[in-house]
Amino acid sequence: MVADARPDSDSHDPLVVMEGVNKHFGELHVLRDIDLTVGRGEVVVVIGPSGSGKSTLCRCINRLEPIGSGRITIDGVALPEEGKGLAKLRADVGMVFQSFNLFAHKTVLQNVTLGPIKVRKLSKDEARERGMKLLQRVGIAEKADRYPAELSGGQQQRAAIARALAMEPKLMLFDEPTSALDPEMIKEVLDVMVELATEGTTMVVVTHEMGFARSAAQRVAFMDGGRIVEIATPQRFFDHPETDRAKDFLSKILAH
Amino acid sequence: MSVVFDNLDIFLEGMRRTLELSVLSFILAFILGIVVAALRVSPVPPLRWASATYVEMVRNTPLLVLMFVVVFAFPSIGFTYSYFASAVIVLTAYTATFVGETVRSGINAVSTGQAEAARAIGLTFPQSLRLVVMPQALRTVVGPLGGIFIALLKNSGVAVAINVPELTSAATQLGTDTAQFIPAFLGAAAAYLLLTIPSGFATNWLERRVAIKR
Repeated sequence: MVADARPDSDSHDPLVVMEGVNKHFGELHVLRDIDLTVGRGEVVVVIGPSGSGKSTLCRCINRLEPIGSGRITIDGVALPEEGKGLAKLRADVGMVFQSFNLFAHKTVLQNVTLGPIKVRKLSKDEARERGMKLLQRVGIAEKADRYPAELSGGQQQRAAIARALAMEPKLMLFDEPTSALDPEMIKEVLDVMVELATEGTTMVVVTHEMGFARSAAQRVAFMDGGRIVEIATPQRFFDHPETDRAKDFLSKILAH
Repeated sequence: MSVVFDNLDIFLEGMRRTLELSVLSFILAFILGIVVAALRVSPVPPLRWASATYVEMVRNTPLLVLMFVVVFAFPSIGFTYSYFASAVIVLTAYTATFVGETVRSGINAVSTGQAEAARAIGLTFPQSLRLVVMPQALRTVVGPLGGIFIALLKNSGVAVAINVPELTSAATQLGTDTAQFIPAFLGAAAAYLLLTIPSGFATNWLERRVAIKR
């Protein structure tokens, strides 16, 4: 489906709803009156300059960062306080970090099976089977019994994606997943992400990869100073940005 | 020195008792210390306060004073234990404070991303601590924990004050019986070294064996 054909795809079947979200780090007002709805099956890419609050926005969706005021619901359920309810909800929200954060003392396969065994209560055999399928899908099945430190950055990030997918989440959050990678490894990670997007996975992706935003996003949200300044389809945003701030940002990043 | 070689069995028996007292106390202190460290990083403030209070009270009191408290003061409030059990209780309680602080520093050395990733896949706080953070923390503090075990081996000599048979009390007894204190305590020193130096080697071996590939 052409992204332009569904510019307001969020309206009919919302999965994530953020309403009037504010957050402070001490004196710093990092999120200002954020309203964002992500539809089921939608890919929203969040871009913006450093310190604009885009990572914080991403981390608030599974409450790794608690918010100051406002409301966030996932599939109609408001994010609960820290505890068992929140853990249960987080199990349905996959997250991929800039620094991979694979469990250093576990093999790649153990990383991928830990959640299914301990949270989803799968048997070890079922979890291993699911895990191996996912490792195959991201192209690192032969590394299953290696430790994270023995893998390249790109392989580690693909393992981290497999770990998140093993929980069969409703939603995947990507917090600058390629920012710590060498250029040739960025592609192998983006390829996996594009495949997920094509399959209809709901994704919120914070990234500096404009190529990915253009090709995989249904909508691009541009953040600056803690606000979503502009939100539009990639075509409209990249070709006809409305705000001066977005024009300025794009002129800088697309200049070379 | 013939008094030492003529009474080797006394030293061997003393070493066995010291080892028994120390190993038992260390196992218990290890378990208690992990609990102390876990409470210390808990999201529930009263648990953190309780743990911190315990650590500061116990580790800042001399071991010998703690021994006398358990042996003399506890019975007056209805708790009476054998001398051996009293020594185990005190050595455990005392050593657990050091284990707890060491494990806590190990927990702090594990990057926050590890705990975040654990919570992000839906593990609860206790699960992420037990399955992800603690296993990595313990691997990084094997060296200091070995040091604590060696300190405990030597500290266990304080039990002589409450009549627990172990190495120091064996040497004291032999010195009294033969009026040859100098060789008796030189013998005891050698016997302690026979326990402590191999403990150091074992620690180094274990440290290499469980190290996380980085």
